[in-house]
Amino acid sequence: MKKIISGNEAIALGFGDFGGVFASGYPGTPSTETLEEVARLGDVYCEWAPNEKVALESVIGGSIAGGRSLSTMKHVGVNVAADALLTLTYTGVNAGLILMVSDDPGMHSSQNEQDSRNYAKFAKVPMLDPSDSQEAYDMVRVGFEISEQFDTPLMLRTTTRISHAKGVVVQQEKIAPKIEEWEKNVPKYVMLPNFGKLKHIKVEARLLKLQEYAETTPLNRIEMRDTEIGIITSGVAYQHVREACPNASILKLGMIHPLPARKIAEFAGSVKRLVIAEEMDAIFEEQIRAMGIEVETGKNKLPLCGEFSADIIRSAINDAPPETTSPVEGLPMRPPVFCPSCAHRGLFTILSKLKVFVSGDIGCYTLGALPPMNAMHSVIDMGASISAAHGMAKVNAIAGRNEKPVAVIGDSTFFHSGMTGLMSMAYNGGNALVIIMDNRTTGMTGGQENPGTGVTLQGVPARQVEMVPLVKALGIDNVVEYDAYDLKATEAAIKKGLETPGPYVLIDKNPCILRYKIRKPAIKVDQENCTGCRACLKVACMALGLTATGEDKQKVRVDPNVCNGCGVCAQMCKFDAMHAIEGENNANL
Amino acid sequence: MQIFNIVIAGVGGQGVLMASKVLAESALASGLDVKQNEVHGMAQRGGSVISFVRIGDQVSSPVVMPGSADLLISFEPLEALRYIHYLKPGGRLVYNKVSINPSTVAAGLAVYPQDVEEQIAAACAEAQGIEALAIAREAGNGKAVNMVMVGKVMKHLPLKEEIITEVVKQVSQNKGLEVNMKALAGGAAA
Repeated sequence: MKKIISGNEAIALGFGDFGGVFASGYPGTPSTETLEEVARLGDVYCEWAPNEKVALESVIGGSIAGGRSLSTMKHVGVNVAADALLTLTYTGVNAGLILMVSDDPGMHSSQNEQDSRNYAKFAKVPMLDPSDSQEAYDMVRVGFEISEQFDTPLMLRTTTRISHAKGVVVQQEKIAPKIEEWEKNVPKYVMLPNFGKLKHIKVEARLLKLQEYAETTPLNRIEMRDTEIGIITSGVAYQHVREACPNASILKLGMIHPLPARKIAEFAGSVKRLVIAEEMDAIFEEQIRAMGIEVETGKNKLPLCGEFSADIIRSAINDAPPETTSPVEGLPMRPPVFCPSCAHRGLFTILSKLKVFVSGDIGCYTLGALPPMNAMHSVIDMGASISAAHGMAKVNAIAGRNEKPVAVIGDSTFFHSGMTGLMSMAYNGGNALVIIMDNRTTGMTGGQENPGTGVTLQGVPARQVEMVPLVKALGIDNVVEYDAYDLKATEAAIKKGLETPGPYVLIDKNPCILRYKIRKPAIKVDQENCTGCRACLKVACMALGLTATGEDKQKVRVDPNVCNGCGVCAQMCKFDAMHAIEGENNANL
Repeated sequence: MQIFNIVIAGVGGQGVLMASKVLAESALASGLDVKQNEVHGMAQRGGSVISFVRIGDQVSSPVVMPGSADLLISFEPLEALRYIHYLKPGGRLVYNKVSINPSTVAAGLAVYPQDVEEQIAAACAEAQGIEALAIAREAGNGKAVNMVMVGKVMKHLPLKEEIITEVVKQVSQNKGLEVNMKALAGGAAA
């Protein structure tokens, strides 16, 4: 049967069709939909873990117990899971284990542009790199086979344009899942130094065997056309190459670690000009140059940063300027913004007013860094808001500065890796104000479940983690709930938290309006009372705008198609010009 | 057939992705190859959204290059102007005339250009704006702007209208079916 599905959907479908038993991951763009689609299959068990390390470790257990297992995460998630991965490569697997990782060249929705192919080298594990949805689907099958045949975890890598691009997939017949027997095998699974030393030797031998496999597998194929130009490529770059140079010969790598050295030499020897077209790092190029093969075009002409396109490849190979057209200049930007009526708006309106240092984190609230709020001053990785604020407070104290930093973090990020930082702050006598925006979902990635949601990925009611007792248990005495929609109360609560010495935690419990579909009566502007002072515009809501320019002073208007009636703007108004209209809500959210 | 490149632009929350899905499924149902791609991730409403649909006998890259689109469908006038350079010479633009303020404008940091429609007309001879929100409301739900836009462009696609209509039926949920059918027809008549 033919379907048009994304790379993520294809991997989920493959997992269901090729004997998948257990899947666990953490949401992260562009990987998120994979596990959501596994959940939609209905007949395969899957779950969200609180972070990627827990996800991968759970999947290791699943593999040891004999079920084909899949863990999904975005590129930076592998950093969190790396501790498990780098020793998992020693133990190997029982049933097949695939770690799916999604890179984000171009940084559409990520804090860095790291290239996960480095992890395949680092962990000495095989890695597959699909070029479209069909390959993504097929590679789940062959991925499990390689994992089991070579007793190794396997990394299945996608990029944004593979994960989110939809293409046609022909589905194969479903293989019924079969759960392997399991055994207690201390030398295999207990990585004490004496066992680990022996395993390291096996890992190196395994890599040589995998290299032999790479030489003959149809995953790596030579497409001979004109021999003037030969291009070595993989992933979505292959599609751009086909578009840019339809007559060029191609060595298409589907298995990108370890590389097939003999096949590469054979290909290089059969073309005049050798081009290596790989997005991001020079991973192929460095290895191919180390083989003593001459490369004409690689990172000397193709960018290390950002995504490739057919045009970029065409102009690099032909030494010609790009052929594409340029956008109209000077248009107002349309960056993502807090949703109309999101509780984050109230918090950041006050943080912006108070001009405190805000140590931020990964989530919707990161948008508080953008104008006009400008109220977030560092964002590094999941959980860093709290630990970085702690370190700042310590140095502030040493320097004699009387400044208490503020950390802002969401519930999902707090469960992921904020808790340990807060425990450290309590233990080490810290002095920061931590604000937890507990909206009971993982918002930025589209409203996924987490341990605070009260329901699992597969819709089963679940134990709900309570924030206040959790924070208290970590060693924090000052834990106060506040309402971010109430600007005065929010300001008072933050001031109290800043004035009180020692760690102080504020918790807002307003749920995500998108996930929980919360609707409130829209605000209307009384044009008689509005003086056009624009104080309300400081809340940066897309429902607000100005009336048309004319002879009169421009006044504020509220777009009834967008407003969801949180009333934060009305609280900024000193002229009693903004009111909710009972019964009216046209917000197209 | 030669590859037919479509770019769909709009504002997060307007249903650009569903419109893209309808066109891609219709191409598949017509026995053609198709690639569809958009960049999404930020769940919030209000950001600029762009999606590509490429239809042909065989399609490689999922990305439409600037200067190569046969058709640009924009759910908002400023977004039409933002992505108008994707059109190839002689390419067609269909856009919704209802504007939505970017956050930068709402915050008073930027001005929404008053002459967007004039700039569009100057940049593209084959541009047509419609009141898609009013038509969607008429059909029963302002959220059906996406189906109005699909209805409006149907006759410019290398796809049969009956096939598109059938796909819209399949993807519509019970309650939305009647609204979507009306929106599709309303768009086609606009």
